[in-house]
Amino acid sequence: MIRRGTRERFAPTSPMSTALHFRTIADLAAALDAKQLTSVELTAAVIARTKAVEPRIHAFNSFDEADALAQAAASDARRAAGQSLGTLDGIPIALKDVIAVTGQPLTASSKMLKNFVSPYDATVTTKLKKAGAVLWGRLNCDEFAMGSSTENSAFGPTGNPWDPTRVPGGSSGGSSAALAAGEAIATLGSDTGGSIRQPAALCGVVGLKPTYGLISRYGLIAYASSLDQIGPFARTVEDAAIVLSAIAGHDERDSTSFKTEIPDYRAALTTNRGPWKLGIPKEYFAEGLDPEIAASVEQAIAFYKSQGCEIREVSLPHTQYCLDTYYVIATAEASSNLGRYDGIRYGHRSTAAKDAVDIYAQSRAEGFGPEVKRRIILGTYVLSSGYYDAYYLRAQKVRTLIRQDFLNAFRDVDALLTPTSPVPAFKIGEKADPLAMYLLDIYTIGVNLAGLPAISVPCGFTKSGLPIGAQLIGQPWKESNLLAIAHAYERAHDWSAKFPNL
Amino acid sequence: MSASPQLDIDHIAKLARLALTSEEKAKFAQQLGDVLHHIEQLAKVDVSGVEPTAHASPVFNVWQVDVPQPGLAVADALRNAPAQRDNMVAVPKVVE
Repeated sequence: MIRRGTRERFAPTSPMSTALHFRTIADLAAALDAKQLTSVELTAAVIARTKAVEPRIHAFNSFDEADALAQAAASDARRAAGQSLGTLDGIPIALKDVIAVTGQPLTASSKMLKNFVSPYDATVTTKLKKAGAVLWGRLNCDEFAMGSSTENSAFGPTGNPWDPTRVPGGSSGGSSAALAAGEAIATLGSDTGGSIRQPAALCGVVGLKPTYGLISRYGLIAYASSLDQIGPFARTVEDAAIVLSAIAGHDERDSTSFKTEIPDYRAALTTNRGPWKLGIPKEYFAEGLDPEIAASVEQAIAFYKSQGCEIREVSLPHTQYCLDTYYVIATAEASSNLGRYDGIRYGHRSTAAKDAVDIYAQSRAEGFGPEVKRRIILGTYVLSSGYYDAYYLRAQKVRTLIRQDFLNAFRDVDALLTPTSPVPAFKIGEKADPLAMYLLDIYTIGVNLAGLPAISVPCGFTKSGLPIGAQLIGQPWKESNLLAIAHAYERAHDWSAKFPNL
Repeated sequence: MSASPQLDIDHIAKLARLALTSEEKAKFAQQLGDVLHHIEQLAKVDVSGVEPTAHASPVFNVWQVDVPQPGLAVADALRNAPAQRDNMVAVPKVVE
């Protein structure tokens, strides 16, 4: 039994003794290029680590060892021939089980898609393959990415590596837990209302939700299409920048993906030095915020101030309406998107249906879990005749006001600094009431409604040893700036060099 | 928001093509009643003259050249079909 004291939970952190599975992309890429390491050795180490900790963590829905080792061998052959594809060539990266990889399972952690095998690659998958990454495993999540704890998975919950009796956050909890536990070198998740940033905060890793439209959603299982965005989890801001450069860019297969120049995000970390003007939204430090989290974020604010940054209090007056706006818009879109699961062309088909039309209602009843059903019902209701104007149309108008709040604040500041989550990782099974769970998203959902980029970076630990994350919210399309601001904090602190003692 | 947050769960479940058990109906009606009660506060916001936002990206018309390309092979398209026959998805008879 691991003691609950903070110090006992930390594994050794000296760079020379850091195990392969805990090292950064930047560090491992240098070792691969210097021929001190092969991708097969690295991938085998990650596989061994995964097998050792999975019984306690359950971050993966499935993995394919032989396939990963074959990709690693191909990477080593490229590098030996002087044809390395770049920094990610040979690096094991695992994807949330909502992102398509040809020939691999794609379940969305749902019974509905339990036996689904993807016939094509998501655009981010194609891009990672072109960059030489070793695609490793399918990561657990809340069913159809609906949830904040990964407890809504049809295949069982994921444990937080810092305390496996606690949740890793969600919906991308497998992505954050796998990375924190050393079961991958980087991971991808998706973020509709905080599903990258909140699990990153709860597991002590970096999580980036890019501007809506920066990354193609082609091949991402849709939850709420106007809010969904794919993004990286990484040990450091630099690693997140490396992965972002590989997966960003316009895609003709996603008409909402934006035609914009993709800069070298990694290079921007050092060319952009500030000082910056940072806004502190007063509404994000109100009642309900855990005092230890408040104290850690206050220290991060003090750090930036000490570096010559101007700190300004700002107001986002419609913050109190974000949650309601989100749960109208997101469930409305979900009820429409999930209409495709009808038991006819793919997915679960009920054998209990009494006729052809009854297949729809019975297959959906058997294939979806309770949270997905709740959101389909709520979304159908707010779109139904007589209620559309009162709920859906009104929420879309409030969404305009929420976005304007942020854009007004950005006239005066470069970025906003807030807590990521009001609470640290909670016990599995602790939050049984859906509304209590929804309230956990209060600091993250405004960003999705406004389509902004935001990053969660580790900023400390509670006295009981649970990670704390700070959120930086950036201006649209200014990921370079956002990453540079986060990097400045990170390199002055050693949170990313602390690992859970599993 | 004059609409009452009374959710007719049978009607909505039918619209959503979702067969619910009586336990689910009772539970969801109560839980979603709480959520709808919370959502009622949107009625307090003055939205007069405010345009709705459908999505946050400033993209409107998207044009591209229409170039024919191969699609999914039949075997790939049918790979996940629950039932298939003669290169088609098979379903029970709809009309006798």
